[in-house]
Amino acid sequence: MNNIIPLFVILPLSAAFLNSLLGRFSKGFSDILSNIVCILTTFFSLIIIFNLNLSSNNIFTYRVGGWVAPVGIMLVVDHLTALMLITVNIVALCCCIYSISYMERYTDKWKYYALFMLMLTGMNGVIITGDIFNMYVFLEIAAIASYSLVAFGCESEELEASFKYLVLGSVASAIILLSIALLYSYVSTLNLADISLTLANIVNVNKGYFIKFISLLLIVGFGVKSALVPFHSWLPDAHPSAPAPISSMLSGVLIKTLGIYSMVRILFNILGVEQKILYILVVLGLISMFVGVILALYQWDYKRLLAYHSISQVGYIILGLGLSTPLGILGGLFHLMNHSVFKSLLFLTSGATEYMLGTRDLRRMGELNKKMPLTTFSALIGSMSISGVPPFNGFWSKLIIIVACIEAKQYFAGLLATVVSFLTLSSFTKVLKYGFYGKAEANHKDTVKEVPSSMIVPMIILSLCCIFMGLLLLPDIKQYFLDNVVNVLKQGTIYATKVFELR
Amino acid sequence: MKEKNNNSGMTLIVKTVTRLTVGLIMLYGLYITFHGHLTPGGGFAGGVILALSFIHLILAFGKDFIIEKISEKITSVFESIGAVLFLTIAVSGFLGGYFFKNIYGKGVPFNLFSGGIILPCNLSIMLKVGLGLFCAFLTLLLFISSKE
Amino acid sequence: MNQYLPYILCLVLFLIGLYAVLVKKNLIKIIIGLGIIDYSLNLFLVLIGYKKQGIFPILSKNGQAQPIVDPLPQALVLTAIVIGLAVTMLMVAIAIRLYEKYGTFDITQIRKLKG
Repeated sequence: MNNIIPLFVILPLSAAFLNSLLGRFSKGFSDILSNIVCILTTFFSLIIIFNLNLSSNNIFTYRVGGWVAPVGIMLVVDHLTALMLITVNIVALCCCIYSISYMERYTDKWKYYALFMLMLTGMNGVIITGDIFNMYVFLEIAAIASYSLVAFGCESEELEASFKYLVLGSVASAIILLSIALLYSYVSTLNLADISLTLANIVNVNKGYFIKFISLLLIVGFGVKSALVPFHSWLPDAHPSAPAPISSMLSGVLIKTLGIYSMVRILFNILGVEQKILYILVVLGLISMFVGVILALYQWDYKRLLAYHSISQVGYIILGLGLSTPLGILGGLFHLMNHSVFKSLLFLTSGATEYMLGTRDLRRMGELNKKMPLTTFSALIGSMSISGVPPFNGFWSKLIIIVACIEAKQYFAGLLATVVSFLTLSSFTKVLKYGFYGKAEANHKDTVKEVPSSMIVPMIILSLCCIFMGLLLLPDIKQYFLDNVVNVLKQGTIYATKVFELR
Repeated sequence: MKEKNNNSGMTLIVKTVTRLTVGLIMLYGLYITFHGHLTPGGGFAGGVILALSFIHLILAFGKDFIIEKISEKITSVFESIGAVLFLTIAVSGFLGGYFFKNIYGKGVPFNLFSGGIILPCNLSIMLKVGLGLFCAFLTLLLFISSKE
Repeated sequence: MNQYLPYILCLVLFLIGLYAVLVKKNLIKIIIGLGIIDYSLNLFLVLIGYKKQGIFPILSKNGQAQPIVDPLPQALVLTAIVIGLAVTMLMVAIAIRLYEKYGTFDITQIRKLKG
């Protein structure tokens, strides 16, 4: 069972290299290979979830090359890793099936699939690794692949957006490398569990200040990658300009694994930060929620509106995680899963309408419920999920976050979260009215019909996930999966002791 | 008999010195790669020097001579072969035990063929990095010259 | 004070690079500024591994063991240099395409996306 862990990195990496070598010679080779690899990684992540409760300490480890940690690199899979793995791989599978017919409009499809598989490798690598410099290398692999994918169409707007994203992303990676260098100079080891144990044993007067400084640097660095509000200015340009399956991958999973997962893993489990630093996360989350939804109310471009709503929902996740009570962490992580699913669904529907109509402007779409019924159904489910309408999954996670705010005596945060939820509902009512159900313009062509079936199937899969994911909160299923995930973050630095026993 | 255009590229002195030294630069890059487990260097540094030798050829002789022999497609194929070779070495360790395991014999220290899988890994990294850098240079060069 | 001088050099280089990225209006100068930030961080990583009276960490054939400086940051710097190279290549390629589309390198003129 431990031996399938490196397959999450080996399979997409070999698909990327084989695509770049053999993809140019035959037409459908890269399609078939990439989709088979995505199906395999989803299957393995399901196997890991169902077997994780049977292992000792609920953790699987794997030594790369046979070297014992801390000399070698260790791959660690616990429940938080399993949650991120299933989210990333299901969204990647849906986007890969979607790209079969969407990317026919661009040239050089094999280059697209090579970069897509590299991005999947980077994200899987960030999630499963147990070594801090290995995390930096995989983070850079995923980021560089995403910079190129945003500029894939080579229109003038895409190039400008990609350049802005590049510059901000490079400065953020530089800040992360600086904090890794400072941390290494203090503990002389790179293994995550070993850093935690060594930090606990050092007795030094300045240790508290040092940990606070490194935590602030890491919040800034990972905050740029996950688009928290003072650092969000790349996101409204980069996410609309990318091709639609890449937009849904970027907004759905990339900002969460590169930004939120890395920040949470290092701050909670390794450095063991105290409540004052986490209060900064609460404040940043509140500002992100409010600014994101206010700026989204002005937009008439469908994808730009969805990008601003991404900023707002990431604020919800950071608010839930910053409260650091068990209910808050449960709400934050469950909202992370839900947001990946419904935001990807919404971006895929925007790609479908752009494929048929050629425009992203909401005022020029309309009456699509008669001509494209399945796309409208998916957009309706996605909009109701993001607005928090019961019984879809968005309602449950937002309810848990608001109850956690009130339980932690942060009454203003709970009030603001409710107000932002109402504003989200109003914004998506505008989308449904003008975009899908309203009157069409006079020059709507008659060639508008339903999109090809390989674009319908992923939207139906994600809609079913939206409808049924609320069932994860039933008491029997909750103690099997979500409670263990919350315990991983709740236990803080005891994670290091457990991992070190298994090395 | 094809008439060689002597007006492209640089002057005659540069062309003569290039003919003499470009082979030595390539040999130096190969030396740094092959002795990567004994002296500092390894795949990255050797690959960059190998790419520099090709770029030296293009700068001295002009683009048109070189494109027929070393086109962009051939460079791209060899670069991908380097990447696939690296992954093959790693996966062969995975099938035999752990991912990236040292499956060759270790040998006597300070010999050329010692140190397990370090030597084949350095060679494939040299192919990938060197030819990748040269392929990017060629792509940008062809893009600019096709716009004029 | 003399023992801190290399670290102060790293800080000065980082600030020069950051100034170039934030203030300059030419695309190529922004690329050069990001390159300077990468150099300063690589220098900082190598300087961390210094131990007093240590020599280079290479064992020659007939040599004896001596105190060495820490070789692990040097391996990290090798990786970081290659990552910096890849990002610089990508940035230059995008800058060339931007020049072809807009006709200028000035970032105040490359502003089609707003709002």
